[in-house]
Amino acid sequence: MASDSQIEINENSYKIPDFTRNSSSQRSISSIQSIQSKTSVREVGFSSELGSKPIKYGSRGADSRGLSTSYKEINDEDARLVYVNDPVRTNDKFELAGNSIRTAKYSILTFLPRNLFEQFHRVAYIYFLVIAILNQLPQLAVFGREASILPLAFVLFVTAVKDAYEDYRRHRSDKIENNRLAWVLSNEKFEQKKWKNICVGEIIKVSGNETLPCDMVLLSTSDATGVAYVQTTNLDGESNLKTRYAKQETQMRNPQEEKISGLIKCEKPNRNIYGFQANMDIDGKRISLGPSNIILRGCELKNTDWAIGVAVYAGKETKAMLNNSGAPSKRSRLESRMNREIIYLSIFLVTLCTIVCICHGVWLRRHNDELDLMQFYRKKDYSEPEVENYEYYGWGMEIFFVFLMALNINEDLGQIKYVFSDKTGTLTENKMEFQCASIGGVDYDNGKASTEDDRIGHSIQADGMVLKPKMTVKLDSELLNLSKRKHTDDGRHVRDFFMALAACNTIVPLTVETSDPAVKLIEYQGESPDEQALVYAAATYGFMLIERTSGHIVIDIQGERQRFNVLGLHEFDSERKRMSVILGCPDNTVKLFVKGADTSMFSVIDKSSNSNMVKATEAHLNSYSSKGLRTLVIGMRELSASEFEQWQSSYESASTAVMGRAGLLRKVANNIENHLNSLGASGIEDKLQQGVPEAIESLRMAGIKVWVLTGDKQETAISIGYSSKLLTSKMTQIVINNNSKDSCKKSLEDALLLCKKLTTVSDATRGGPGAGIGQLALIIDGTSLVYILDTELEEQLFELASRCTVVLCCRVAPLQKAGIVALIKHRTDDMTLAIGDGANDVSMIQKADVGIGISGQEGRQAVMASDFAMGQFRFLVPLLLVHGHWNYQRMSYMILYNFYRNAVFVLVLFWYVLFTSFTLTTAITDWSSVLYSVIYTSLPTIVVGVLDKDLSRATLLKYPQLYGAGQRSESYNGKLFWVMILDTLWQSVVAFFVPFLAYWESDVDGSSLGDLWTIAVVVMVNIHLAMDVIRWYWITHAAIWGSIIATFICVMIIDAVPILPGYWAFFHIADTKLFWVCLLGITVGALVPHFAVKFVQYYRPNNIQIAREAEKFGNSRESPDAQIEMNPIFDPPHRSGG
Amino acid sequence: MSSGDGSSEPSSKISKISKKPRYSRFTQQELPACKPILTPGLVITILISLAIIFIPIGLSSISASENVVELVDRYDDVCIPSNSSNHDEKIGFIQDAATNKTCFRTWIVPKKMNHPIFVYYQLDNFYQNHRRYVKSRSDHQLWSPKSERATKLCEPEAQNDDDKPIVPCGLIAWSLFNDTYRFSRNDDAIEINKKDIAWGSDRTKKFGSDVYPKNFQTRGLIGGAKLNESIPLSQQEDLIVWMRTAALPSFRKLYGRIETDLEANDKITIEIQNNYNTYSFNGRKKLVISTTTWIGGKNDFLGRMYMTVGGTSLFFAIAFSILFVIKPR
Repeated sequence: MASDSQIEINENSYKIPDFTRNSSSQRSISSIQSIQSKTSVREVGFSSELGSKPIKYGSRGADSRGLSTSYKEINDEDARLVYVNDPVRTNDKFELAGNSIRTAKYSILTFLPRNLFEQFHRVAYIYFLVIAILNQLPQLAVFGREASILPLAFVLFVTAVKDAYEDYRRHRSDKIENNRLAWVLSNEKFEQKKWKNICVGEIIKVSGNETLPCDMVLLSTSDATGVAYVQTTNLDGESNLKTRYAKQETQMRNPQEEKISGLIKCEKPNRNIYGFQANMDIDGKRISLGPSNIILRGCELKNTDWAIGVAVYAGKETKAMLNNSGAPSKRSRLESRMNREIIYLSIFLVTLCTIVCICHGVWLRRHNDELDLMQFYRKKDYSEPEVENYEYYGWGMEIFFVFLMALNINEDLGQIKYVFSDKTGTLTENKMEFQCASIGGVDYDNGKASTEDDRIGHSIQADGMVLKPKMTVKLDSELLNLSKRKHTDDGRHVRDFFMALAACNTIVPLTVETSDPAVKLIEYQGESPDEQALVYAAATYGFMLIERTSGHIVIDIQGERQRFNVLGLHEFDSERKRMSVILGCPDNTVKLFVKGADTSMFSVIDKSSNSNMVKATEAHLNSYSSKGLRTLVIGMRELSASEFEQWQSSYESASTAVMGRAGLLRKVANNIENHLNSLGASGIEDKLQQGVPEAIESLRMAGIKVWVLTGDKQETAISIGYSSKLLTSKMTQIVINNNSKDSCKKSLEDALLLCKKLTTVSDATRGGPGAGIGQLALIIDGTSLVYILDTELEEQLFELASRCTVVLCCRVAPLQKAGIVALIKHRTDDMTLAIGDGANDVSMIQKADVGIGISGQEGRQAVMASDFAMGQFRFLVPLLLVHGHWNYQRMSYMILYNFYRNAVFVLVLFWYVLFTSFTLTTAITDWSSVLYSVIYTSLPTIVVGVLDKDLSRATLLKYPQLYGAGQRSESYNGKLFWVMILDTLWQSVVAFFVPFLAYWESDVDGSSLGDLWTIAVVVMVNIHLAMDVIRWYWITHAAIWGSIIATFICVMIIDAVPILPGYWAFFHIADTKLFWVCLLGITVGALVPHFAVKFVQYYRPNNIQIAREAEKFGNSRESPDAQIEMNPIFDPPHRSGG
Repeated sequence: MSSGDGSSEPSSKISKISKKPRYSRFTQQELPACKPILTPGLVITILISLAIIFIPIGLSSISASENVVELVDRYDDVCIPSNSSNHDEKIGFIQDAATNKTCFRTWIVPKKMNHPIFVYYQLDNFYQNHRRYVKSRSDHQLWSPKSERATKLCEPEAQNDDDKPIVPCGLIAWSLFNDTYRFSRNDDAIEINKKDIAWGSDRTKKFGSDVYPKNFQTRGLIGGAKLNESIPLSQQEDLIVWMRTAALPSFRKLYGRIETDLEANDKITIEIQNNYNTYSFNGRKKLVISTTTWIGGKNDFLGRMYMTVGGTSLFFAIAFSILFVIKPR
């Protein structure tokens, strides 16, 4: 019923003398009409599709599209019936949720199974558990029984305790929330009741600044016209006030005195916070209800003394709770990769075990009859000898520990392909600032230095109180002086200009107490931040809007309070792109003030009278917009009495029209908005955060697609797109702005066609400078997304979006943001990152692979839900380009390296097993096997994994293209993995067989040879790492060489224990030259292929290699190379569009 | 995977000043560093120096291996009666305590052998590294008489039929090699020095001087040699050598040293007591005498490997140099 209510306001506004009676009668007429023709229901359908703030589109043209929209009646089976003030009956038929909420995951009973179930999602744990269970069988025990269970149990326990504590806190906050009190009507009067006991159907009274306990349909408010203001920060992150309306039929009633009963038939609970459809049968009349008649749980009532409503959705069925997707346990890409690695590892080990099992089985079979006599085998009971083979799992266990160390989500930062960004507070500072004005053809730029005193701005004294605007703008002293001259021509012009700023808007002024009781601040609340900025500017120049009711406004003009009657208001709509207000001034003149976008204004401005001035204004406008300012042109006209009457009658008939009311209203507006005198233009800066355009430029160069998802309206989003360099004038814009599934489908298909055409065109011109023209920008709004997400159209949208360089989504609900992220996430393997600052970004942040919270003005929710927190958007660039890159390079190398170093060791053990009649003897002592991952090779891994940098910060920031290495998975991919496997095989073969052949048929004993193998593998593995280290710090040296020395020392210590079989073996073997010759031979022989691969890398350099060399040798020789090599990344078609 | 803790590095850059961590070059990763880069010059230098190191070592180890004089004689197949051709007859022969197992072999020394000449017995296909085998010992028992009952791992040779602990217990000791050799040159006996054939460290720290063999080889199945119960384990050097289990299934064990030079064309007669049963598992027994050099015994493998690596390095060094002259990057 949005547009309906809107009109009602308008009706109210011009019938000043007796508006209450008059308007209510009109209203009831219109309501009756709507019942008869059911048009209003249709319009409800339309306006709910429009989005959250139908008030904006009051006179928006609904005729063409509205008519095509089919009539929507709520089916009985899809409906929920709420008997007003009769909760018993309401809850009788349906199982409706109570109002108690539950965000906690577990209860005492379910905690253990659920928590364990969640924890065992990690394959590693299962793997670990299997090993631990195997270890419980006496025949298979490698370690002690307890020892094998303890680590797993410890990890599980710690995680469980952490989860339990978090859940306990959730329980507690749930309890607090559920026990809050609300005034609920029972037995003809309002009584306090706990939130959790509120039932659907009950009538609830909420006072100002209170939070709403559930979703309710407004019945009446303290305001005579039935207006209530709510703040929806918790829902959509917007901090301005939104207007909601009580229906006139219920407005005047006091439920305490007069029993209200009725039936509300509404939709089933859903997540759409901007949509609501219902009918209310009351007193035999049927009224339709729209999104402007419902106030949602989590909102705060502001600027309204009280509001009475009937609960329609409660508890977990409220839109707020449905939009709270809970805190999903985010599984990082790395974690799933680790799961995969562990599965590989298990397969690897099981394969080795199987090979050994089979070999051993064959060996036993062949020697079956000899076993009893064999000196080295003899055993009375030799059933099931194969089971010993499971001891391989012991090795697996060691390897597992190492893999855990590599765990870190940071690696994901290096592979981001999509950045989903919130706009408000993320890209912008969420502060509009009036910058400059062109009045009467003269440019008043605040740049002309103003003194500090001027900044104090205007304040007024009233009843011993000082009223000040909350924010001031920089004052232009010349302009200020001019505005005080009432009687000059220029002065009048300026005064009219500021009058227009102060009056032509929908801003609601609020007074705010300050610490000084004598001073009060005036805060302007409104849906459009531009208007806020303009009103603040006017206030600073002494035109202070003090009061607004539906019928009049009070403006303090330089100390003199004046009351203006608001005779008419034509709301902003995107077709006219302007709004106008008709004021009845104290001097009994009627004035029309219009403000709007320059394109729409110049067509209605009377250029003949003052063409020079218009031209000058136009020139100023161009210079403003080139500075990235948002411009508005302001015009006015004095209306003659006849003109006014003519308008009034047509306005009345238009606003009571049954069919195509919005179109008629627009026509009325168009008729009156002409022959305007241009007053001037304003330039408002939507302050982008520092460095945002540069950041976006860098991200784009890095091949990252930036999507902006915002709750703002389309025009705002686009203008921010331009000022943040997200959109450029070269781009072709595709706008999808539909309100039915079919039209969405059609526009998607059209867009895809266009897009293909453009791609082919740009393909044709490829290589030329025109390549960039093919860039596409997709602009889509939340309403269209409703029809696209979760339907088969998703696929098309994805295809389209992946072809576009830039995607702007406006008017999106929190969960839609998550839906868009999911759209990308489910269809590609590309990494996604979401960044935002408000509570409305939480779901998106949780959905994306990496979530970043900006700790801004909109509270902490985003930060709490995020993986990383930062102060400003621009820090995203170093985070991704520098740290993300480093982490990616380090982690991907470390994953390969860790696999390699463990596999080499296991393979050396494995080769030996082939020569022990497959019985899993290890020549390497047990101690060395354990210490291998703990001491011998772990420290260098950590140090290099933490400290190594392939490129310096400066280089990475200078060449964002280098980030592409991560997106293309250059450092970890299938090819590298298999190359690494081959290298591992080769190295293990060398490490094993060189000593094997050198000591074949000699008198060497197992322990000595084992020591040689241990040391050879450790030296080899560490030098392998050393060859790959890019930056040598002293710590790196210490770690790598220190580890080798530590290995020698450890081996010596182990061999100095007399009770071990290998006593003194190392000292014996190290005493022979053969040992050292073998060691040198192994190290060099094993690493030759690795060296060769590195050399090939040099010969066929990638970007990183080139940049490294450029860094090292300066730009003298290498940089031209670098440029040439890097160029291809600029080319958009190289992006693997999905 | 949650925030804060994991993100110390980025957040340190961006958090508010109040939360700014103390600056240190380590946490900010600004330590001084050197950044070596592979350049053609460096690569070629490395390859050439590898060649320079490896080729001489390879040559010298080949020549060292050439200088080793080694005589190997397999005798298990000839030191049994020619009539016992099949498997069971061989085993029957070797297990029969009554048969005469003496066997004579004659060698001609091909080259002069300088003392000390090492006498080894070599067993092939004998898995001294079998898992069950290597574990079947008790190091505690070997060192201290107090631990003589520490025979947990020694099954089935832990206790005799009277439940008395066997010292030394376990399969390793039980299967002690018991062939003996007597060398003579032109009817003059050549003395074989069996002193100091075991590691000094084993004799002093591993095998107790107050531990005497007990209940050894008293049960039905005889695995190998018997031990003199009046000599402490620390002096049973054959046992100590045997207990150092070999790494590989083809191994040699030091039998003794010949402290005189053997001239070329000397005719040496060896009297072998062929006692040890290798027939049951198709093992082979060989008698080896060999001199040693710095590289150990006769083994060409290492020398060849070094030559290969050195040669490859040289080849690549040259190839890369040419590549760089012809087709620089």
